[in-house]
Amino acid sequence: MADNVTPRVRVPKSASAGEVISIKTLISHIMESGQRKDGDGNLIPRSIINRFTCDFNGQNVIDVTLEPAISTNPYFEFEAVIPETGELKFTWYDDDGSVYEDAKQVTVG
Amino acid sequence: MKLSRRDALALGFGGIAASLLPMPLWAEATDEAIAAFTGGAAIGTAGVTLTAPEIAENGNTVPVSVSAPGATAIMLLATGNPTPAVATFNFGPAAGSQNAATRIRLAKTQKVTAIAKMADGSFVQASSEVKVTIGGCGG
Repeated sequence: MADNVTPRVRVPKSASAGEVISIKTLISHIMESGQRKDGDGNLIPRSIINRFTCDFNGQNVIDVTLEPAISTNPYFEFEAVIPETGELKFTWYDDDGSVYEDAKQVTVG
Repeated sequence: MKLSRRDALALGFGGIAASLLPMPLWAEATDEAIAAFTGGAAIGTAGVTLTAPEIAENGNTVPVSVSAPGATAIMLLATGNPTPAVATFNFGPAAGSQNAATRIRLAKTQKVTAIAKMADGSFVQASSEVKVTIGGCGG
């Protein structure tokens, strides 16, 4: 099912105070839509990541609800405003209850 | 089995009816998804930008991006997919802008719609027609 799930995040290491930075995230996941059939004509059960969130120092940046129509290896690109040094926390929620996390430090200076 | 002219006609019409049938069903599902998001409010047209390719060779990964300055949430819909909902972006207080880009699956050539919920509670939408060469929902 959800094997080899590896989150990858690209964030600048430093920013000036109040700067808007661009964030790119990718997580390897099959995102089985629940529409496909296997060789015997049986429906392959749905197995997707249904929610993705990004927070900066506990403040929410983006909260995405994912549906089966999101491609394999869900990719997101968005922007966050960085007022001070802190940590960006990324969380992905799987249908099977697994939670995948990643964090990146951004220094203001 | 020998196919008479009458049988052939019946089969033909049956096929046409079957191919027409899913369309209203899908349109209904789209309307339902929109109503669930907007609560039946009127939808304007200015203030949201949807960027999608005109032709997508592979329906499995179609890059799309949405932008709606001042929005609190943006919902993406693929009106021709078996389930029209694609994703909903909710922007928090630390969001640098109300922009987001992702990659989506499209089953066939269809209209992709983005509906943004603005901070004042109003709704705006934008649509873009995407031609899909190879559908992306499996068989």
